[in-house]
Amino acid sequence: MQRRSIAIAGVELDLFEDGNGPPLLFLHSAQGFAPEHPYVPRLSADRRLIAPSHPGFGKSSLPDWIDAIDDIAYIYLELLDRLNLKQLDVIGCSVGGWIAAELATKSPASVRKLVLVGPVGVKTGPIDRLDIPDIFAIPQSEIERLLFHDPERMRADPSRLTDEQLAISVRNRETLALLSWEPYMHNPKLLHRLHRVTAPTLFLRGESDGLVSADYLAAYARLMPNASTDMIVAAGHAPQMEQPEAFTKKVLAFLGAVS
Amino acid sequence: MKAWHFSENAYPYLPPAEEYESIRVSLPNRIYDPEKGAALYDRFLDEWLIAEDEGMEIMLNEHHQTATCVDPAAPLVLAALARLSKKARLLILGNPISNRRQPVRVAEEMAMVDILSRGRLEAGFVRGVPYEVLPANSNPVRMNERQWEALDLIVKAWTNHDGPFSHEGRFFHYRAVNIWPRPYQQPHPPIWISTTSAGGAARVGARGYIQATFLTGFDGTRTIYDAYRRGWREAGRGNDVPIDRLAYSALVYTAPNEADARAGAEKLLWYVTSNKVPPHIANPPGYVPVQANVAMLRGAEHPLSAFRRAATVEGAIEAGIMFAGTPDQVYRQMKKLYDHVGGFGHLLIMGQAGFLEHDDTVLGIRTFAREVYPRVREEFPDTAISGVA
Repeated sequence: MQRRSIAIAGVELDLFEDGNGPPLLFLHSAQGFAPEHPYVPRLSADRRLIAPSHPGFGKSSLPDWIDAIDDIAYIYLELLDRLNLKQLDVIGCSVGGWIAAELATKSPASVRKLVLVGPVGVKTGPIDRLDIPDIFAIPQSEIERLLFHDPERMRADPSRLTDEQLAISVRNRETLALLSWEPYMHNPKLLHRLHRVTAPTLFLRGESDGLVSADYLAAYARLMPNASTDMIVAAGHAPQMEQPEAFTKKVLAFLGAVS
Repeated sequence: MKAWHFSENAYPYLPPAEEYESIRVSLPNRIYDPEKGAALYDRFLDEWLIAEDEGMEIMLNEHHQTATCVDPAAPLVLAALARLSKKARLLILGNPISNRRQPVRVAEEMAMVDILSRGRLEAGFVRGVPYEVLPANSNPVRMNERQWEALDLIVKAWTNHDGPFSHEGRFFHYRAVNIWPRPYQQPHPPIWISTTSAGGAARVGARGYIQATFLTGFDGTRTIYDAYRRGWREAGRGNDVPIDRLAYSALVYTAPNEADARAGAEKLLWYVTSNKVPPHIANPPGYVPVQANVAMLRGAEHPLSAFRRAATVEGAIEAGIMFAGTPDQVYRQMKKLYDHVGGFGHLLIMGQAGFLEHDDTVLGIRTFAREVYPRVREEFPDTAISGVA
């Protein structure tokens, strides 16, 4: 297990790596990356897991020039060059799925297989309705209801977090707002670029996800030539957290053996 | 000391507060009756003109999607006032330039009002309260940075007279800025900024703009003024900070006798008691610093909501956010705050709220103007130096 900081284009990127085997890039959701979550060792059991914290999330810095998901995709293309990785599998959750989709459109050959878990990033629905419920304009209790299948079990209790953990969680939300405020949770250009992504792609969502609907996921998947969709029961927007075993089983089965 | 009559143009005819989630942002406008609204505009304009007749200055502000302040395009009302009034200074405090996407348009609007009023404009700029980001669709992160870039651009647009200049900044991009008309006042109208944080005030002080603060009470105001004076001195503007650089806004109601004063003050508290806004609207991510949010998650109150503790007339007076009573009582309450904070040169009087009817509002304006203002002008002269006892 290794944790280090890499400087890319003014970002001090906090990078977690663990395991040996074919490389697997994991791009976290807006909740951030935490190695202690049970899905992490499952993913690194037979893989070299590479999990950066996005600029402005976790302990990664946020230079002034960054204000878009697109910016982060370029940071990660640079990261792959630094790590001398020509091709690898990529998993992206929620906003991390958006980053993964952007990355794959910019450099399709870098991605062997792609898993997008409750991804945001495109606008496919009508002009007079947000595709993703506005998490910046609803009460925290409602956000938790949309996020989780079982909010009682999954809800974070601030009193059990250290000040540093709490500060990271507040900052994660702030960075999310910076990156996704307008256009809300999507890049209008991405829709027209996804046809470039030829890697086999699995679109996955928790059955109870209140943010990314089944219709949204299906419409997103239709934009890519080699995509399929699947679902995890008893999970919401973060199946990797709520059902780590079912999540890793499905994901690893899809990624399969690497020749 | 200059006194300004400030009215938020509230629309008070609302259902019981239990029946809605928020008085701001999400309150359906079907509740708004255009006939009643038109009558209110007439009335509020009349009240500003009465304040002018009484020797006071005029102030207005801007909010969006809210019944507390139905003035979402303050420059329009300002333009009307520029023609209706004759001598009062006209303060807009302010233009929410973190949320206005076209700073040059703001520069044009202000220049027009300055011309229309023949140089009576006082141009205020605000970052905008947190509830403004949803109506404006304005990113709550990096608002301060946007505000300062916009302000510098506006000043440049006002003061550049040699044909088009370009601006390619972090947030705003223009290829050819060359506004017509240019302002009446030279080099430009006085600039006001409202701030609730010490860091912001130091920056305003460094520029020498007029610093206003709203309902910040005894210690909050002193902290902000101290920071302003520090910023002023550190920027090399000299040791003495002129008193007219600092402004304070309070709820003020004056009447000849205590019973009437009390009744008026109770109605004025509407601003404090009716400001029902849920946390998710009141505190968008990034509006306050991370550490302030951590403190709130640990139970601290929102930095902007301290005034809500003062939900009674006594509490509000004690907190220094309200001056209410007979002329002598109002004078003494005001002097107590004045002395505590090191003085200020402008009193921004929130003199109308909720169901404070026209006659009562006018009584408050006239009693203050005739019985308090002369004394205040004499005892708190414009020649005073701020921060000097």
